[in-house]
Amino acid sequence: MIRIIDVRKSFGPKKVLNGVNLEIRTGETMVIIGQSGSGKSVLLKLLIGIMKPDRGEINVDGMNITALRGDELLRATRRFGMLFQAAALFDSMTVAQNVAFGLERYTDLGPDGIRTRVADCLAKVGLSGIEGLMPYELSGGMKKRVGLARAIAYRPEIILYDEPSTGIDPIRADAINELIILLKKEMTVTSVVITHDMVSSYKVADRIALLYEGRIVEIGTPEAIKNSANAVVQQFIHGRAQGPITNW
Amino acid sequence: MGRDQRISLLAEFFRQLGEVAFLSSKTFRNLFKRPWEKKIFLQQLEEIGVRTLPVISLTAAFGGLVFALQTYLGFHRYIGPGSEAYGGPIISLGLTKELIPILVGLMAAGRVGSSMAAEIGTMKITEQVDALFTLGADPNRYLVVPRTVAAFLMLPCLTIFGDIIGIICGLIYNVVIMGVNGTVYLRNTLLYLELWDVLTGVLKAGVFGVIIAVIGCWQGLKAEGGAEGVGRATTRTVVIASISILISNFFLSKFLPGNLSL
Ligand SMILES: Nc1ncnc2c1ncn2[C@@H]1O[C@H](COP(=O)(O)OP(=O)(O)O)[C@@H](O)[C@H]1O
Ligand SMILES: [Mg+2]
Repeated sequence: MIRIIDVRKSFGPKKVLNGVNLEIRTGETMVIIGQSGSGKSVLLKLLIGIMKPDRGEINVDGMNITALRGDELLRATRRFGMLFQAAALFDSMTVAQNVAFGLERYTDLGPDGIRTRVADCLAKVGLSGIEGLMPYELSGGMKKRVGLARAIAYRPEIILYDEPSTGIDPIRADAINELIILLKKEMTVTSVVITHDMVSSYKVADRIALLYEGRIVEIGTPEAIKNSANAVVQQFIHGRAQGPITNW
Repeated sequence: MGRDQRISLLAEFFRQLGEVAFLSSKTFRNLFKRPWEKKIFLQQLEEIGVRTLPVISLTAAFGGLVFALQTYLGFHRYIGPGSEAYGGPIISLGLTKELIPILVGLMAAGRVGSSMAAEIGTMKITEQVDALFTLGADPNRYLVVPRTVAAFLMLPCLTIFGDIIGIICGLIYNVVIMGVNGTVYLRNTLLYLELWDVLTGVLKAGVFGVIIAVIGCWQGLKAEGGAEGVGRATTRTVVIASISILISNFFLSKFLPGNLSL
């Protein structure tokens, strides 16, 4: 269970998160939606400990991530896998070295075990046989899928997806949705998915939360979100230019 | 400049000095922690050592030549024709203690420091540094430690190499080009050049190596704002590292003992 309690984060004078409260159950897929720049990526970085909140607490199965420092924090990241919005592949390494990176540090697998696991993970994201390529030889969508293979390779318990389907064609995007669902079923991972794409939200989510003006303003099952009476939610999920979000 | 402006400039200076001190102490503590990033370390040894060798050879050669030229002129003019062969020890002393370490430091700041800032800065703005962390690699241990240790070891090697080239070029200028008596020149050089002279230069180069790596990594890790930010980090590294080298060189020369037996 992940508990985000009254988390606040500002950059200089700019308040990005302003008291976020959210509980994510073990084994659940939580989709977080919200406008560009609303702080979704920042929220994921706070969750895994890349950034520290100004106030508030993030608690994973009773462990206070916010209070961890140094090597303790580094060990705690073992439980997380993160797909970055722009993939963040190591551009001086091959695809195989990228995917193997976490395996070398987090597991006892030998060279053969690592090779097999890398091939497995690349197959899972539909990219078999590209082990030797360098990141600059890949398209944006391929980078993202390699990033996903790297994040799931060491079988983390919690996977954070930052816009997994953005920049990927609709068919591949749906394959990623299937993968998110598969990982959840096979390995009972807890997933936090950030997306703009309502179709995938409805497909993968157990619950959907809307981040708006630095807070979670609505949370519920896909059904509940569709039928929400909240005008902000309705404007967002229907992607209307007119509505409370845009009429200040 | 107003008073408030001066104070805030000073505050900014000390804030940045604090950042560097913090990074240095973290790097030092991480020296003794596992895992050791051997692969990156070897890569950096090659990058700093082998790839910088051509530049160092060229600067050391011409540094030696021009230094020999002026020393020859000095002896010839003020002490008299025939005394030029006594320039040997002066040339080798000046080269090994000051000119070569400084040239190596400045060249490495331009060649190595800038590339560290650019590489790490690019990794920072494309979130690769964050990705390292999420995959269990401490960015300081993975990026900063191997570079700092490699620079600390490689700059002294480059300096010894530069010393040899510089001294040989000084000899070539005097003996081959200007016709100075080779036997006397060489004997004086060997008689008066002490191991400690070479060692002070080498020691200083080690310090310059640490300065270059720490400043390059520091600027890279705090880069932000896209390609422009990386460019700024790169330029700043060269400027700050070069100035720091020249300033610390003066103090090192001043406070390192002139010879060991003292
Ligand atoms: N490291 C940072 N330094 C300063 N501002 C940041 C930083 N990271 C994010 N921000 C700001 O926080 C806001 C939210 O960013 P982000 O979480 O990336 O939004 P999104 O919801 O689109 O993922 C943006 O306005 C961004 O400029
Ligand atoms: Mg984002």
